[in-house]
Amino acid sequence: MRLLRMFRRNVRDAFKSVSRNFSLSIASISCISITLIVVGLSLLLSFNVNNFADTIKKDVTIVAFLDKETTKEELENIKNKIQKMDNVESIEIKTKDEAKEEMIKESEFVSLTMPEENPLLDSYLIKVTDIEKIKDTVEEIKNIESISAINYGEQMVDKLISAFDLIQKITIIIVAILILVTVFLIINTIKLTIFSRKREISIMRLVGASNLTIKVPFVIEGMLIGVLGSIIPIGVIVYGYVVFYERMEGHIFSNIIKLIEPEPFIYFIALFILGIGILVGMIGSGRAVRKYLKV
Amino acid sequence: MDFISIKHANKIYKNGVTAIYDLSLKIKKGDFVFIIGGSGSGKSTLIKMLYREERPTSGEIIIGGLNVAKLRNSKVYKLRRKLGIVFQDYRLLPKLTVYENVAFALEVIGAKKEEIKTKTLKAIDLVGLKSKTRTYPTELSGGEQQRVAIARAIVNNPKLLICDEPTGNLDPDMSKEIVDVLETINREVGTTIIMATHDREIVNARKRHVIMLKDGRLIKDNEKGTYDNEIVENV
Repeated sequence: MRLLRMFRRNVRDAFKSVSRNFSLSIASISCISITLIVVGLSLLLSFNVNNFADTIKKDVTIVAFLDKETTKEELENIKNKIQKMDNVESIEIKTKDEAKEEMIKESEFVSLTMPEENPLLDSYLIKVTDIEKIKDTVEEIKNIESISAINYGEQMVDKLISAFDLIQKITIIIVAILILVTVFLIINTIKLTIFSRKREISIMRLVGASNLTIKVPFVIEGMLIGVLGSIIPIGVIVYGYVVFYERMEGHIFSNIIKLIEPEPFIYFIALFILGIGILVGMIGSGRAVRKYLKV
Repeated sequence: MDFISIKHANKIYKNGVTAIYDLSLKIKKGDFVFIIGGSGSGKSTLIKMLYREERPTSGEIIIGGLNVAKLRNSKVYKLRRKLGIVFQDYRLLPKLTVYENVAFALEVIGAKKEEIKTKTLKAIDLVGLKSKTRTYPTELSGGEQQRVAIARAIVNNPKLLICDEPTGNLDPDMSKEIVDVLETINREVGTTIIMATHDREIVNARKRHVIMLKDGRLIKDNEKGTYDNEIVENV
């Protein structure tokens, strides 16, 4: 009961303080808004990049060609052998006849020049569970006698992985810096509202209000600024992403790079933005008020 | 029974100034004490140590069983709820009415609404401001403002009331009124009152327990004392 009473009083005071120091509050609210928009954009980018990286990684296939003389029986035996390897998720056989048909289907030119006797080789299409260990798996398969050649788009995969890692690191750094800047801005805003209520705080301390009682209204005020500051970013990010997704028809540059579907992805992003807004507001005001609670 | 007991308290400020030097004294429950002395005598420091605005460098200060000298910052509120403090400059909130100013002290410690109402009205009545509950501090005289401050200090029924030069800004008539109010509280509620002052007339007229400080040392501790200049000069 007592806590509830105090809480109601605190929430009331927080609203009063935000409206009383309106211009100042607007300043911090817009700062939070700008930060959160950039944070939101970085989140969209980083999640999409991650998503794309995952699909690419799933699509990476090792193609292992067999010697020309390999019999059907051997084909099956080696398949079972590879299947039992640690990192192998699945293995499929693509016979030379299948390969020939596929090629003929794909291009007329090939169908015209393809000789009567099939010049192609039988092959395995192998997928791995952990892409980081793909090199070891490739080495292991290479050691099997009947395998004549092996290919997994080595350079492309390595480049993609390092590019994604870089993009992710950069977005994380940008977001972290922006959050820090916002925390400092909020500390300053709350400090100013505290300054205007210095007298009240000193009297509160004199009549025996505990530090927590004094602190809570300011923390709530910071949270309120955080909530108000995240309204516009949430709108911009959610609406913007849905429109962008529809315009691009779900992919960028080419069909390979697919965007994450807006639902439920954007709700998650919206929650994330709100969470960061509240957290940043709380931390900022908590730090600002600490100085005034000594003696 | 000693309500307040100070033993060998020393206070050296960070800038090297010794404000209190080996001070020991006792104050009984229900006592009315004047602390007197000139500027720089250490009486403000003593008062500040009593409500734990300052901490003694060494020695102990015990109020109602609580060792104030060892009280941590985060626990100071426990002490403050047991005592009331009145200052020379009143320290009222200008945007609140008399009633709200007094009720503020109960509100911030989370008292119930009905409790706040009865206690606040009782305290305002005790200082004789019943007709001015809805007035703002700026519309009151200095003496009336100080009475509001006293009402706020006693609204939580503290065992101890500390007054730091409460009559410093007031003319002699108003000063007398304020001390009368304090004596009423002392007599009727039994609150122990410690009042720092340099008002000679008040001290001489009341014949109360007088503690005199000079250069941070206790030079007089009389049960029924007066503000005697000769003693100061002879020491």
